[in-house]
Amino acid sequence: MIAHAIFFYTFSIIAVVSAIMVTASKNTVHSVFFLILDFISISCLFIMIGAEFLGMIMLIVYVGAVAVLFLFVVMMLNVAQQKNQWFAGEQSSRHIPVGLIISTLIFFEIIIVIGGWKYKPEIFDINNSIAQISISNTHSLGQILYTDYIHVFQISGMILLVAMVGAIVLTFRQRSGVKRQSYIKQISRERAEGVEVLEVQSNKGVKIDD
Amino acid sequence: MIDIGLGHYLTLGAVIFSIGVIGIFLNRKNIIVILMSIELILLSVNINLVAFSIYLGDLAGQVFTLFILTVAAAEAAIGLAIIVVYFRNSGTIRVEQIDKLKG
Repeated sequence: MIAHAIFFYTFSIIAVVSAIMVTASKNTVHSVFFLILDFISISCLFIMIGAEFLGMIMLIVYVGAVAVLFLFVVMMLNVAQQKNQWFAGEQSSRHIPVGLIISTLIFFEIIIVIGGWKYKPEIFDINNSIAQISISNTHSLGQILYTDYIHVFQISGMILLVAMVGAIVLTFRQRSGVKRQSYIKQISRERAEGVEVLEVQSNKGVKIDD
Repeated sequence: MIDIGLGHYLTLGAVIFSIGVIGIFLNRKNIIVILMSIELILLSVNINLVAFSIYLGDLAGQVFTLFILTVAAAEAAIGLAIIVVYFRNSGTIRVEQIDKLKG
């Protein structure tokens, strides 16, 4: 139990500090790195609490794909020259108290909800059915993911497909002046337009492209 | 304090959610940091779902975390594509200079 507490506080402090640094760091690349650190510590928390599959998926999807995508876009767009302005201009400082007030309100609302939840401790007596199951977390998750939630699972696959098509369509750019292979043109080429028989006069030669 | 329960995880989720909201409000640099704040908010929702799923012994929370993960990945890909197209067209992604709609 003491080890659980030590690991929980370590990882959650790392997560909160890196989440603050994501929003507060001046350099966008540093923000992305702190986002990666945040995801890693939260996935450590997931593994510690007993959701190993989600922790691993979190590492693979977020750290391996999403964060690298962020990093790629940050480095592709040249945002390095605008990294030094933090809350630049007096027009922006107007938003700081509003944002602080709204986010503290949201925070205390959630805390009040959690407190109301804790007033009913008998709700926790129905728990611990996962811990008694002998099969692993991944096994049980797979057993319900491919049976009870199969339609939602396939719809999420469609969402990923649509996202992929959308991203490609949005960023695809047809450049002029680049020679491309046209299969239709190649296949539908006839002998009549490809080969021409000429009568070459002596001492004259032939101009090929005119 | 030493006995880690559901409330600790929910409080952690609340803290990260609030930090994400602050990041959306206070950000004056570029849109990419706003997208990262949205990722933080989705992460805090995932923490809540996984904590409830473990402590109530119901696997539906973890399944829905998986779907939130899917939607977050799709959203990040589409959002970053839109940002790339916008940067190509207007040359900037600073938040205060994106005011073409005069909103």
